[in-house]
Formats: sequence, structure tokens, C-alpha cells
Amino acid sequence: MSAAELFSLPFMQRALLAALFTGLAAPAIGTYLVQRRLALMGDGIGHVAVTGVALGLITGWSPTWTAVIVAVLGAVLIEFIRERGHTNGDVALALLFYGGLAGGVLITGLGGQSAARLQQYLFGSITTISIEDVIVTMVLAAVVILVCVGLSPQLFAVAQDPEFARVAGLKVRAYNVLVAVLAAVSVTVAMRTVGLLLVSALMVVPVATSQQLSRTFRTTLAAAMVLGALASVGGLVISAFASYHANVAPGPTIVLLSLAGFVVTWPIGAWLRHRARLAAPFDDEPVGHEVSDEHPHQHGPDCGHVAVPHDDHVDYVHDGHRHAPHGAHYDEH
Amino acid sequence: MSVDPIRLVDGAVAIGGRPVLRGIDLTVPAGQFLALLGANGSGKSTLIRALTGLRPLARGELSLFGTPFDRFHQWYRIGFVPQRTGAASGVPASVREVVAAGRLSRRKLLHPLGAAGRRAVDEAIELVGLTDRAGDGVSTLSGGQQQRVLIARALAGDPELFFLDEPTAGVDLTQQQVLADTLAALKERGATIVLVAHELGPLAPLIDRSVVMRDGRIVYDGYPLAEAAAHAHHHLPGPEDLVPDHAPSVRSPFEGGAQ
Repeated sequence: MSAAELFSLPFMQRALLAALFTGLAAPAIGTYLVQRRLALMGDGIGHVAVTGVALGLITGWSPTWTAVIVAVLGAVLIEFIRERGHTNGDVALALLFYGGLAGGVLITGLGGQSAARLQQYLFGSITTISIEDVIVTMVLAAVVILVCVGLSPQLFAVAQDPEFARVAGLKVRAYNVLVAVLAAVSVTVAMRTVGLLLVSALMVVPVATSQQLSRTFRTTLAAAMVLGALASVGGLVISAFASYHANVAPGPTIVLLSLAGFVVTWPIGAWLRHRARLAAPFDDEPVGHEVSDEHPHQHGPDCGHVAVPHDDHVDYVHDGHRHAPHGAHYDEH
Repeated sequence: MSVDPIRLVDGAVAIGGRPVLRGIDLTVPAGQFLALLGANGSGKSTLIRALTGLRPLARGELSLFGTPFDRFHQWYRIGFVPQRTGAASGVPASVREVVAAGRLSRRKLLHPLGAAGRRAVDEAIELVGLTDRAGDGVSTLSGGQQQRVLIARALAGDPELFFLDEPTAGVDLTQQQVLADTLAALKERGATIVLVAHELGPLAPLIDRSVVMRDGRIVYDGYPLAEAAAHAHHHLPGPEDLVPDHAPSVRSPFEGGAQ
């Protein structure tokens, strides 16, 4: 089957749309989670949402909506525990995660549903998505994106320094709950694409990749959204073509493609950070006048040694020395 | 005569049910540069947190600019410089972005920063001498420079009343001098400044009034201590027994964090 034929299939078009919107929304909220050092919160919400899906399966209501409701409740509870429990917050969160997962599996079994039905939600089944599901996905993802971008100055300030934000008159608790609710919504939106167990990857990995090369919050957010969209659309297309030869699931392909992006970018980021650290100006006061030993080498802008600004001059760094040009000789700085 | 920016009567703060601050009476007139001094655990950071509303009062009346705290909404009149917290957050942020957050107290929801806001942010960055680093990530700056970023953030909102919590902690002497110059410029503009410090260093000449805390109470309130020594025989309580509090030998960057 050619590419044109593949993309003309209705289920493939639905899947592509869902992947695009999910790929944009998940990293948008993920950026704020990473900024708060809550990278695993998406995982926690995902576990809790399993119970929501199971409730939907057993009652006959739409699993998407029961998952949204349970995930939002779980996220708000996590946020509440986080705010209250300063010391044992992570243990309390872990308890909630396991409760959610175990509850979901138990309820599914009680309802006589097969594990395969639940597995669709655990690992995603983007190619079986219905038109109504696509519309719900697009609307919810659009809300997440609009809030994350529109309120970015406030959300940034609250995550960066909650105490300052409070003295600046921002309703910090309301914004924290908003982030928790948006994260829960994103989890349920991404549930059909990559599955509840991999959802956190789509929220966190593009952010981790984009911050390797960016210096500002704004570019981190924008680049993470672009990377997320590329990974989820790209992963879907790759898995669609690969599935002629083997059984390739879209969810894991999307996550692995996203991780591949990180693996490629990380060494570049590490090298850039290392270089920046070497070239960071020395801010100590130059002391005394200590002439270096015999020094046949002539330092200069192109001599290859690391040149570091220091006070009103440049120190050349080599072999554990900092040599500052002084007339015809070099000083030890 | 303008209203006093801070007026706290019989203030008390309890943490986990245990009274930490008791019987605090503090009125700060406009334009005053006040230093809150004291040893670790004396309650000076808790007091500044109570004055900014970060710690609820167990009793007492706090009013800011003549408005009871419950009804106070003019947050743009307050600039808060918290203790510097280690490295920045989990995501890179540039100096300009952090400073622009200081403008939020004057910014409506979903409204752009605007020309006036951008100008205020640029001026604040310039006043702390970081114009050439404005686009750099905050985490790449030295401790003293990060402290100046936090001051610029408070400045960006163009406030009248500044709270600074240990701005000199972990900052070397050259950077402390830069801080002192910045604060002198603020004082020149008529700002009211409340500052918590372990040691004043280059800030000492700027201080109009010292308040010394010990075990959650105010034990000295009056002339800056060095000056007060000269006045002690007149009408003020002698500061001699307070000197150990004023210059403690133990310093911890975590002080106040767990309070």
C-alpha cells in the first residue's frame, strides 16, 4: 500500500489528528510539571486514571469521561497532599498511584471485562479511535494548549517561585490546582494515543530534550510542543508503515522516537553546558603580582587555550594555571 | 503626612500550634531603611514572612499602607526579595523572564507585558547591572548575580515597600557592595526597605533603624547598633548584651527554610 492510500484511510486520518493534538498538548503542560520538579506526576495521574477507565467499562459510561473525572479528582488530591505533606509527600503519592492501578485492575475483573479491553487504555490504541473520540481529544487538547500558552506568565511565576508569586498577589493555590487539572486532562487525552502507562513520557521527554539547547522558558515550551507533535505524528506514521512487516504498536513507537530525540540532543547539550562553564568569567578579585615561570608559549585569541574574562582582562587557562598577560610576561591569577 | 507602610500591633505567629513570635509591635514609616537582626532561629525571617502574609498571624493587627491586611489588594506596592533558593527551577529561564515575573502584580490576565512593562523590566535589569546577561539562563549566573536578579524582579513592579530576606547570605564582598549600591539607589528614590540580615557589611551605612530579635521577641528597637553604642547612655537600651546576636559566628544558607 502506498503512502497516499494509507493517509486516505479514515481511521488513519483520525489517528493522525489525535496524535497531532496530543503531541502538542502533553508537553505544554509537561513543561510546568518539569519546572516544579514533578516530572512523575503524569505517571501518578495515569495510574489513578486506570480506575476511572475501569469504572467506565463496568458501568457502560464512556471510559474517556470517567477517566477524566477520576484523573482530575486524583490530580487535585495529589496537589493537596503535595501542599500539605512537606516531608512524606512522595510516599503519600506512591500510595495513591498503587491504589489507582490496583483498583482499576480489580474493578475490570469484577465487571467480567477481559484484560484486553483495559490494555487498549494502558498502552493506547490510536488506530481504533472513533470520530467522537477524536473530537473530544481535539477540544480538550485545544483547551490545555490555550491555557498553558495564554496564562504562561502566571503559571511560570507560580512554578518558579510560589512565595514571590503570592506576594505579587497571584492566587497560587488556584493556579496549582489549575495545573493539576490540566495535567489530568492531558493524561486522559493522551490515553488513547500512547496509553496510560506511557503518557508521562510524552509530557516529559520532549521537555527534557528541548531544555538541552534552550536558555529561556519560552523557547523550552515552544520547542517541547513542536518536538512532542513531531514525535507523536512521526511515531504513528513509522508504526503504520512498519506494521506491514511486523506487529508494531503506535504508542511505544511514539515514546521511543521521542526518547531517540533526547539521546541525540543530550550530548550536544552536555557539551554546550561544559563549554559555557569553562568560559564563565572569574569573579574573584585579582590578587598581587606573581610572575609565572618561564613561559615560551605566546597566548592570544587564537592560541587554543580557554580564554576566560577576569575583571578588566583575560585569563588563559591551561594545565591548572590561570595566566594573565602583563607586559612581556604572564601573571599567575 | 503619608500613611505608614507597615503597622503591626501585638503580632504573634504560631507554627504548628507553638507560638514562635510574640508581642511584636512594629510600625515602619515611609522612607525608612530598617534592618531586622538576630541569630538563627530568632524569628526574623518568620517576622518578614508574617509581614508579607506568607505566614498567618495567630493574633494581632497588621495593616499595610493603612489598609487592614485582609482587605489589602495593592500588591504592586510591595516588592518581595525571598531568600535565594539554590539553583533555579527544573526548566531553563532567562534573566529577563524571571525579572518580567515581577511585573505580574501590575498585569491583568491575558494582557501582554506592554511597552511600559518592557521598559520597567529593562530598567530594573540595568539598575542591578545585568543588562549584558539579560538573555542568559539564570542558573548560569553566580550566587551574587542571582540575588541581583531577584532584586530586579521586585524592582520591575515599581513598588514603594521592599522586603529583603537575607540578601547578603552567601554573597561575596564585591557583590555585597554592588547590592549596597543598588539599595542606596532605591533609598534615594524614597522607597521603604525592610531587610533581614545576619551581618550588614557594606549595607551598614544605609540603615536608619535596627530591630533585633531574640527567641521570637523584639529585644532592641532603635538607632543602628554601631551608632546606638554612642547614644546608649542617653535614652535607649544599651546594645552591649546584644552584640553576640548581631554578629553570630554560625551561618547557614538553610536558615528560615524549615520555619
